[in-house]
Amino acid sequence: MSLWVDKYRPKSLEATDYHPEIADRLKALASSSDFPHLLVYGPPGAGKKTRILATLQQLYGPAVEKMKIDVRQFQTASNRKLEFNVVSSSYHLEITPSDMGNNDRVVIQDLLKEVAQTEQVDFSGKHRFKVVIINEADSLTRDAQAALRRTMEKYSGNIRLVLLSNTTSNIIPPIKSRCLLVRVAAPSEAEVATILDKVCKKESVSVVETERSQVLQLMAAHSGRNLRKALLLLEAMVMQNDHLSLKTPVIQLDWEGVIRDLTASVLKERSVAKLQLARTVFYELLSHCIPAKVILKTVCWELLRGVQRDSLKVEIIELASVFDERLSLGQKAIFHLEGFLAKVMVAMEQ
Amino acid sequence: MSSILTQTSETPSESQHTPWVEKYRPKNLDDVASQDHAVAVLKKTLQSANLPHMLFYGPPGTGKTSTVLALAKELYGPNLIKSRVLELNASDERGILIVRQKVKTFARLTVSNPSADDLARYPCPPYKIIILDEADSMTSDAQSALRRTMETYSGVTRFCLICNYITRIIDPLASRCSKFRFRPLDDANALARLAHVADTERVNREAGVLEQVLRIANGDLRKAITFLQSATRLHLDGDEVAEITNKSILEIAGVVPDEVIGRLIAASAAKDMEKLFTTVNDVMLEGWSSVQILSQVHDLLILDDSLQPDQKSRISRVLFETDKRLSAGADEHVQVLNLLSQLSLIL
Ligand SMILES: Nc1ncnc2c1ncn2[C@@H]1O[C@H](COP(=O)(O)OP(=O)(O)OP(=O)(O)O)[C@@H](O)[C@H]1O
Ligand SMILES: [Mg+2]
Repeated sequence: MSLWVDKYRPKSLEATDYHPEIADRLKALASSSDFPHLLVYGPPGAGKKTRILATLQQLYGPAVEKMKIDVRQFQTASNRKLEFNVVSSSYHLEITPSDMGNNDRVVIQDLLKEVAQTEQVDFSGKHRFKVVIINEADSLTRDAQAALRRTMEKYSGNIRLVLLSNTTSNIIPPIKSRCLLVRVAAPSEAEVATILDKVCKKESVSVVETERSQVLQLMAAHSGRNLRKALLLLEAMVMQNDHLSLKTPVIQLDWEGVIRDLTASVLKERSVAKLQLARTVFYELLSHCIPAKVILKTVCWELLRGVQRDSLKVEIIELASVFDERLSLGQKAIFHLEGFLAKVMVAMEQ
Repeated sequence: MSSILTQTSETPSESQHTPWVEKYRPKNLDDVASQDHAVAVLKKTLQSANLPHMLFYGPPGTGKTSTVLALAKELYGPNLIKSRVLELNASDERGILIVRQKVKTFARLTVSNPSADDLARYPCPPYKIIILDEADSMTSDAQSALRRTMETYSGVTRFCLICNYITRIIDPLASRCSKFRFRPLDDANALARLAHVADTERVNREAGVLEQVLRIANGDLRKAITFLQSATRLHLDGDEVAEITNKSILEIAGVVPDEVIGRLIAASAAKDMEKLFTTVNDVMLEGWSSVQILSQVHDLLILDDSLQPDQKSRISRVLFETDKRLSAGADEHVQVLNLLSQLSLIL
């Protein structure tokens, strides 16, 4: 049984629920024979991947849905074995560079050359090129991006790249110059609520009728316009409750609760003991694989919600931006998380 | 060993599949737009058939790779080019040993004699050319090692190094080359080239579209051509291409609408943190690129006559900090929020 997020993922561009203008654009691009390289960017859960898979469908027809996952092995220069997953159909290939760490340049080049040298098997196919999807393209190392430059030009006869990413600021200009940029905005709360409503009907979820729109609206708001999050939330709430109503508690993610408790206690009182508490909490969050940047951001947002003085807010934001940069540059996340909170405490005392 | 793909007569189906940027890659030096200085000097070398080591540098999409490829074609013609020109780029393995090995093997290959026909039509100088494209991504160790290699084989080979950032090329290497700077293309010449593409492809367009494309692409002709091609696709109406409008170009290019930038600045000037917070949140969820926001905020404020010079200098500092942090990989939302909250102290 698949999760609702996957079960109700639209398969074709026509079936996508919102952003009709993006669907139109992708369709127009896919119907011409000279499909460009794409850089698709937008916030998490906005539907980037869905639209790209639907575009593949538009390009090659239903045969692309026959996907398989291979585990590939790669021998690094230092003789270490590296394993990573490649999702593929006969028309496309999908990789996630973070699986490859610092070897992403070599691995990607190897894969691309392999694809470039094998001609499309199916000559009846409409397009001579294969599509290579790179997930989380913003996590590609500079080296790997640099290596893509000439490859994107040289193999443009048989390869099209689709880079998926949350931001464009980590992508080097020569790569942006070689791609058409497609922005996918988050769906509005109303659009999220409409989709939740549709899924509820299909799954015969029982919602107190008079409160229906409010309940769904609340969930949409709670997920911050992240459709994936909203659907996961809905499914989880339906599993725990027989009926949904305004009284049904909205499920909070554990780690968010932990951060909220921490900030609440910092807002109440600042002391060395608090800093010690914070260290424990940060370590725990990190050990549960919550990314340090997400922790920092969430702490910052919660603090901003709690403080009144505007000048203090400005200061907290500035500190967050400084330590956020240090998180990107440095190695040891805990230093910067603690440093941030310590500085904030000082600022609050003044 | 990678050699240059000589694109001779394209079959129609092939040219239909090729993106315009490749289809309209300059075939000879005359096709290269705007880079007058480089082109003039290189043309002279065609006559004298003597070539220095060269270093091409400049922003993306200004014709560096195209120029050297065109030069090679004019020097050797399509037959000889395969044995006379070696192209290595950042996608190739370029450790010190490998570069040395490849260069050595290539330099030692005996030069095949040009046919009488080739000799009549092309200068066919007696040396080979080694193109190191994207040389800025070579480590400085590899670059150091290259110095020796260049000297050892300078009798029979000429090097052409290409990069975006000249500061990443070590000095001793740069000083061995004649340098050619490639400027962003924004003059009449570039416009003419773009018009050539548009006319050949019969692009139906509103007045001012090409100028607009060129301006938004910021002198990057590759970007400009890609925009134009995408716009044409989007306006495809059956077989007819509907007229491309200035508005659709703005959309394709991901330019943030003035209204959005205005909203951000207004929220900042209002000095109400609550409102600023929600405004920034909304804009970020729309997915606008922070780099783009930054550059548009810059254009708007720095040219604003109602601001005092000292305000402007403070604004520049904040913009600079934000830009630096963003390129270090910092979080877009946090940084844009910080930018605007800092601006609220200045405006
Ligand atoms: N000066 C120019 N004249 C004519 N066409 C150009 C010029 N500059 C760029 N172009 C167009 O842009 C495409 C890319 O140019 P080219 O590969 O030479 O850029 P580059 O300077 O090597 O960029 P990068 O630094 O990103 O490698 C060409 O195929 C051509 O269509
Ligand atoms: Mg180039």
